[in-house]
Amino acid sequence: MSLPEFPDAEAQCRALADLIRPEISPETLLVGIHSGGVWIAERLSGLLGLSSEIGQIDVSFYRDDFAEKGLHPQIRPTVIPFPIEGCHILLVDDVLYTGRTTRAAINELFDYGRPASVRLAVLADRGERELPIAAQFCVWDVRLDRAQILVLDKNGDHLSWKIEQ
Amino acid sequence: MTSAQRNPQLNANGELCHLLSIGGLPREIVVHILDTAESFFEISDRDVKKVPLLRGKSVFNLFFENSTRTRTTFEIAAKRLSADVINLDVARSSTSKGETLLDTIDNLVAMHADTFVVRHATSGAPYLIAEHLARTGRDEVHVVNAGDGRHAHPTQGLLDMYTIRHYKKDFSGLKVAVVGDILHSRVARSDIDALSTLGVEEIRAIGPRTLLPPHLEEMNSACVSGTRVRVFNDMSEGLRDCDVVIMLRLQNERMTGALLPSAREYFRCYGLTPEKLALAKADAIVMHPGPMNRGIEIDSAVADGNQAVILPQVSFGIAVRMAVLSIVAGSGK
Repeated sequence: MSLPEFPDAEAQCRALADLIRPEISPETLLVGIHSGGVWIAERLSGLLGLSSEIGQIDVSFYRDDFAEKGLHPQIRPTVIPFPIEGCHILLVDDVLYTGRTTRAAINELFDYGRPASVRLAVLADRGERELPIAAQFCVWDVRLDRAQILVLDKNGDHLSWKIEQ
Repeated sequence: MTSAQRNPQLNANGELCHLLSIGGLPREIVVHILDTAESFFEISDRDVKKVPLLRGKSVFNLFFENSTRTRTTFEIAAKRLSADVINLDVARSSTSKGETLLDTIDNLVAMHADTFVVRHATSGAPYLIAEHLARTGRDEVHVVNAGDGRHAHPTQGLLDMYTIRHYKKDFSGLKVAVVGDILHSRVARSDIDALSTLGVEEIRAIGPRTLLPPHLEEMNSACVSGTRVRVFNDMSEGLRDCDVVIMLRLQNERMTGALLPSAREYFRCYGLTPEKLALAKADAIVMHPGPMNRGIEIDSAVADGNQAVILPQVSFGIAVRMAVLSIVAGSGK
């Protein structure tokens, strides 16, 4: 499969913010999934004018493939700087694919408390879900070969897409 | 590299599959454990103090020697990883009935143990277990040394490094004093191994001649990181301008062994008092692996003072042990 022309990730962040804006309250709390999701959540927080700090989740301790792959070599601390009990959470990731990362992130969130609601915003949806998970907000539907890994990259302060084989 | 030459702690891919000693571990693995521990640390502040990483795994605490702090923190660490923890009071059970160490291990492996946390009065016992597991083809079972004889106490060494990094940020340029009974101390040995692996500027071994191992300064030629080892019998001289002071527990039995005149005499020469601590840097931290003998190796005013980080060491110990248990369990995948 040939590589698709990649859209501008920065413009996609603005489009995603436009999608989200009418649907959320100012009290909505953003939680980004490391690494790409955190970068996007930082963008969204500014674009949506949200005052609360963003949360950051590293799902390494909740992955379902520990028995096959062991511990991820680079783990960053999960930081949830607010009580999530009864709050409306918007989970943010760069790519939605099998749904397993989202599953792990939701499990981790619930170990901090019981949110009133959790919704999911992503830049890209690759399809091929293995779990009943869907994004409420998404700006790019894309189909790729299984061997191709779509990742968001940060160069200086600029976000762009790349493929890792 | 043939398996005979290979470091028994590392598998064929160079991953940590057992933690037996800090000596011989590559610097990257030591740093990886500390980095991973940092991610585990915040779990203790959560509502639900648990992650599902080792769910369904069995961790056997095999303590052939008494311990409260180490055994408890290993138990907490394994439970926070969702493992099942089985504590065996071996000293009072099968071994006292004549069963050999390796027979005990074989029986527990037959009960589907995944990880052994071992403390033993004999140096090298955890190595013996790891070799036995390898020889009998049970590479999926892991061994973590929780203190063996006078040899090593690697998780204490690692939590001490975590503590130093937490307060001092960087190891280079640090002068670290290790004070007391270095000769009999597995904590001192693991600390010295770790400090030289991480490349502090200077390690100062401070103690009476009878409690210092001979040839300590000969480590200098062997040390690749450039760490300098210096030996001091005069505590005041040794503490001058130090960044970190690690006090060791004086084991009471040494008092009767003609190695020391009396507890009072020891305190006068090697007890850490506010006056002696004032010779170190103003922001120096004071560490102790516990249990403390107040008034013997450390004055209460220091132990309870604002330079002491002895209780944070205990909290960091849980995160470090979580990191070690999950890294060895995740090896070979």
